[in-house]
Amino acid sequence: MRRAMLAVVCGVFVMASARERRAEPQGGATIAGKIKFTGAKPANPKIDMSEEPKCKAKYQATPTEETVVVNPNGTLANVFVYVKSGLPESYKAPAPAGGVTLDQDGCRYHPHVLGILVGQPLEIKNSDGILHNIKAKGTKNRPFNISQPTTMTSTRTFTAPEVMVPLECNVHGWMHAWLGVLPHSFYGVSGADGSFSIKGLPPGTYTIEAWQEKYGTQTASVTVAGSETKTQDFTVAGK
Amino acid sequence: MISALLALGLAAGAPFPLPPSPLPVQDTVKGKVVYEKWCAGCHGETGAGDGPAAAYMLPRPRNFTGAVYKIRTTASGQLPTDADLLRAIDEGLPGSAMPAWKGRLSDAERRDVLAYLKTFSSFFADTSQHVVALKFGGEPGGGTSAEALKVGRQFYDSIGCRKCHGDQGRGDGPSAPTLKDDAGFPIFAADLHQSWRFRGGATAADIYRRLRTGLDGTPMPSFSDLIDQKFLTDEQLWRLAQYVRSLSPARTPEVRDVIHAPRLAAALPAAPGDSVWDRVDRYWLPLVGQVIRKPRWFGPAVSGVWVQAVHDGKSVALRVSWDDRTRSPDTTWLGFERRVLETVAGDDSGGGRTAGPFPDQLAVQFPRRPYFLMGTETDAVYQWRWTSAGGSGAAGGAVGGLARGLERFDTLPGGPAAQTSYEHGEWRVMFTRSLATPDTANELQFAAGRAIPVAFFAWDGSSGEHGNRLAVSTWYFLALDQPTPPRVFVTPVVVMLLTLGLGIVVVRRVQRRQA
Repeated sequence: MRRAMLAVVCGVFVMASARERRAEPQGGATIAGKIKFTGAKPANPKIDMSEEPKCKAKYQATPTEETVVVNPNGTLANVFVYVKSGLPESYKAPAPAGGVTLDQDGCRYHPHVLGILVGQPLEIKNSDGILHNIKAKGTKNRPFNISQPTTMTSTRTFTAPEVMVPLECNVHGWMHAWLGVLPHSFYGVSGADGSFSIKGLPPGTYTIEAWQEKYGTQTASVTVAGSETKTQDFTVAGK
Repeated sequence: MISALLALGLAAGAPFPLPPSPLPVQDTVKGKVVYEKWCAGCHGETGAGDGPAAAYMLPRPRNFTGAVYKIRTTASGQLPTDADLLRAIDEGLPGSAMPAWKGRLSDAERRDVLAYLKTFSSFFADTSQHVVALKFGGEPGGGTSAEALKVGRQFYDSIGCRKCHGDQGRGDGPSAPTLKDDAGFPIFAADLHQSWRFRGGATAADIYRRLRTGLDGTPMPSFSDLIDQKFLTDEQLWRLAQYVRSLSPARTPEVRDVIHAPRLAAALPAAPGDSVWDRVDRYWLPLVGQVIRKPRWFGPAVSGVWVQAVHDGKSVALRVSWDDRTRSPDTTWLGFERRVLETVAGDDSGGGRTAGPFPDQLAVQFPRRPYFLMGTETDAVYQWRWTSAGGSGAAGGAVGGLARGLERFDTLPGGPAAQTSYEHGEWRVMFTRSLATPDTANELQFAAGRAIPVAFFAWDGSSGEHGNRLAVSTWYFLALDQPTPPRVFVTPVVVMLLTLGLGIVVVRRVQRRQA
């Protein structure tokens, strides 16, 4: 009798979860915008690469850190914009197709800011062929520190959402990158024209957060329906 | 209804969750009592590594809330095993303020406190965390052979150890002045010539494990990926560990009270690098922070000095060697120095804590009336002082004189001569002075066969050390050995003969009287 009950319960559960899966929000809405920058443009510290001639040779002019990258059109690059909340609790991200690559080239990280899904492989590539160590300093994720003294790729995954996990190299104290670990792929990073876009959103009202390593975060509430594109710009005031 | 069924389904579908901690609850209750009594002073009530004593320490006490531990047998990023944590509690962490608790706390107390400190982080309660000790093979033999050490040295260079630890391993690599731990505190790359101060133990096997696991929370990474990707073999990593081990003395130096200065038949050594010194016994004298006079200093950079002494009946030569990452005064380490001064609290937080390009300094102190810390206004002590900012003349930056407290030093004309060398993170200062000087009233007159109290003080300019901020030793003795004088051998014979003679006289007299 009990077994029969359990079978029924399990059956209902399977059906319910199947229905849930069908009900997964899948959408075609887009939130796009630009990160405008006002005020004085701060100077990024210059990097002294004299200890690493291999890296130094990759630059014409003295390279600088990328703490605040202001584009020629007065916008800000390297701003991580993501859906902080608003997705139905039942939402489950589709399994990631492939990994995300972080390259160490010219003793700098490429990209400087990136996003990744929980469980998605981060492929850490050393194109320089000199000693780098990659330290991830998460607090919700276990921090790690691995050595790459040669041209090689190491793969690691992250278990919990965390915005942001700082990545750094201790051999080259100027090397910093920022990794946004999310339970979904609704994020974008502003590029060389200062724009970002978050695509494929199901209809709903979302809290969008824009994160910048020096200036912190800003949020906005955006409602989208159907396959529309809503514009949400952010303005960062330089200090 | 559906959600209730869902919950039921989930419960039925999921494997039964394990209890978050395999240790029974009462252990953490008892552990809390032990923790609050013995641990909270440094590690803080909430385990955040911020107890009242923490601010005076470098390295800082462990912050338990992040569950990030340096000394583990698990891969980088994994939690430590219970055995890893128990080892740190039992044996302490050499080179830091963490003492060994085995023998001070009972077995049960140490296990209970281990259970309690795991409650400070939710990671330990997370059953999805893998906690698996890495499999370490046995140490390959022949680890002290020249061939093995050559292989080790080759990988020391090829995997970039020198970037932080320096060419000769004294923690003076080009990246060393920029290093910070995860909390942002300044951190020194280990001086690989002082294996007895390695946090995780001094053996080649201990070093190998640190290479495999990394020291999480610090800039020291794990090299396990290199073996997985066949960049080097397990044996080659062992050779590296054995090479690193070979940089330190085979045995932890034992602290001896009396520095013997043998009398040389030949000439005294001509320079700090003279091969004569290789044949002279060397003495390790540990130094600690100056905490007697305010403002006190809790972060001494020089952990000890090696001392050697010889004499030739006319002059004495003293060679003091110590590891120092930087040849001060220089500006390379100014940023690091500033961070040390910001990190290590003291009682002079108001002023005088600015970083500056201070020189390195050394003082050798011989007492007349022994007030330990540099004498007093009325009771001066005789000292030799050396500074790296000094001239390159005959004195080599050294002077002799009378210290009357920390603030006052009166130079005397008959000071020692000094010669100095600085190579790959090591200072060697050789003092020479004639045993006797004309100024018998103020200057120490050395005499062979007498134990002369001696103490050592060192300042590392690039750690912000000057004035009261210094490292001090306790009193030791310097004994100038004398060749055994002939009377030592003659006197007993003479006494014997006299006794015999007297005996014969007495016996004869008695015999004569009886006759």
